[in-house]
Amino acid sequence: MFVQCSLMFAKDRYATNLLRSVRSVRASVHRWMLLYCIAVAVVFVQAAAQLLSAADAVPPLAVSEVAPGVFVHFGAIALMDRDNEGAIANIGFVVGSNSVAVIDTGGSVREGRGLLAAIRAHTNKPIGYVINTHMHPDHVFGNAAFENMGAEFVGHKNLPRALATHGPYYLANFRAFLGDALMADVKIVAPTQTIADTLDIDLGDRPLTLTAWPTAHSDNDLTVLDHRSGTLFAGDLLFVRHVPVIDGSLKGWLKVLDALAQVPAQRVVPGHGPLVTQWLQGLADERRYLDCLASDLRVAIKRGIQMTTAVKAACAAESERWELFDAYNARNATAAFAELEWE
Amino acid sequence: MRMSLRIAFMATAVAMVALASSASAEDAAGARDPWPDLAHSIFKDRPLLDGSGLIALEMPYRAEDAAIVPLTFRSMLPADDARRLQAVTLVIDENPSPVAAVFTFGSKAGVSAISTRLRVDSYTNVHAVAELSDGKLYMVKTYVKAAGGCSAPAAKDASEAQANLGEMRFRQFAPEGEASAGAPRAAQIMIRHPNNSGLQMDQVTHLYVPAFFIDDLKIWQGDELVLAMDGGISISENPSIRFTYMPNGAASFRARAADIDKHVFKGEWPAAGM
Repeated sequence: MFVQCSLMFAKDRYATNLLRSVRSVRASVHRWMLLYCIAVAVVFVQAAAQLLSAADAVPPLAVSEVAPGVFVHFGAIALMDRDNEGAIANIGFVVGSNSVAVIDTGGSVREGRGLLAAIRAHTNKPIGYVINTHMHPDHVFGNAAFENMGAEFVGHKNLPRALATHGPYYLANFRAFLGDALMADVKIVAPTQTIADTLDIDLGDRPLTLTAWPTAHSDNDLTVLDHRSGTLFAGDLLFVRHVPVIDGSLKGWLKVLDALAQVPAQRVVPGHGPLVTQWLQGLADERRYLDCLASDLRVAIKRGIQMTTAVKAACAAESERWELFDAYNARNATAAFAELEWE
Repeated sequence: MRMSLRIAFMATAVAMVALASSASAEDAAGARDPWPDLAHSIFKDRPLLDGSGLIALEMPYRAEDAAIVPLTFRSMLPADDARRLQAVTLVIDENPSPVAAVFTFGSKAGVSAISTRLRVDSYTNVHAVAELSDGKLYMVKTYVKAAGGCSAPAAKDASEAQANLGEMRFRQFAPEGEASAGAPRAAQIMIRHPNNSGLQMDQVTHLYVPAFFIDDLKIWQGDELVLAMDGGISISENPSIRFTYMPNGAASFRARAADIDKHVFKGEWPAAGM
């Protein structure tokens, strides 16, 4: 468009030189052409600005209101990759009369921005808290989308250490799964407030209890209970359909399951998988898998079978019951073998 | 010997940092193979002979858990071969500190296999270089794909290993099939230790987890050395070493482990009458 305009000017100047007799007529045409080109340029710049902001302003993430004021984006049951943009974990937010609490921020800053857009589609209240249920990339890689807006970043007392020891590795290795574009703005954002046991916060007529658990799925698991609706955000202490992933302690997790069963939840948002209304059944399914893994591995360890062999056969009985079983079962068995060997 | 190995660990770590800093230029032209430089810095100008058929290195093709990747090294020297396995160096080429461990074996121990667990940071070649009693070095290698998902080569439960620091377990395994007088046996030593790599520093959390790992482990059968390990940061949390040996009739096994903070852990166990 600009090229076309400048050519028209060149021709116009040539014509003006040759046809001095009609200078006044040409001058008015010239002025008109100039205005036309300026108008075109303005439209062009506006369009370019819109394109740029479209790339920047991510569309709101699809969220379900699972209880009044409690919103959840249910992630894909998959491994993080470019296609799903890392959006594999369940993340959400709770709206009080004064402020909003975000519970996990997703597997990329893009997903975090989508969550922020979804929040802004429902409320203009300030974001008071960004709560991370644990260290894993699918839950914390969106943190940067919520920086510099005055929110407290809250996590388990072990979260800073876990981010320090795992974070640099996650930043380096997830580039291969997510690609440079999705990783561009991802950074490790440490909690500004940590919890050793429990913390009660209030979003305005909306008390939440945050609980830090002993080592289970990881060594920094945190749950969030919304008292008004009876909704528990279980983080990755509960997996549904998606095979549980052990990155902490199998034995610790089994103990934590006993304690979790005492939490009076009407509905539970698992870290992965659909909403749970039968809380105890969800826990029982998870326990069945962990027990199966433990009992198979204990037999192998007692027999002196080496880790490499033992992890291949462990808990094959559960293979049809879970999605992503082949992606995680041998890994779970490897970690559990190293732990159970100490019994 | 010990000092020179420590220097070798440090030198290779420094070399890798230097390589990493020039990595961006290399990436464009394809990944650079660090092995020639590593081999030179660890083994100087000693020739590395093809060890195929003499020694073997077994690792899973894909690491399941980046923090716990099992490795087995075997010597396949025939019984009538006059040569003996003296030492083996394990190198994870792409790890921040590539020399994972150097094992040396007692002259009468009859060790023909060792299994341990390693941290593997990324897609990498793993080399095992064995020194036989002919004074020559024999090399084999394997390739390991990095773990997927959210697994990382770091502690699962950092507080647990610290709380029980230095606790030891020793297991002796019944021989497979019919036991015969001249048959090798297998045993396993385990030590609770976080084995922190110390390369983890986070600018945001301002947390620095200092290097803290077992760097010296020895196991004796009676008074005879079975094996000694000079370990580096690529050995997994709670180091575990399973090994074969020839029983010498001694009544007990002893172990002594030391970490880089000079903690010393000792254990003694009766030899099982299997």
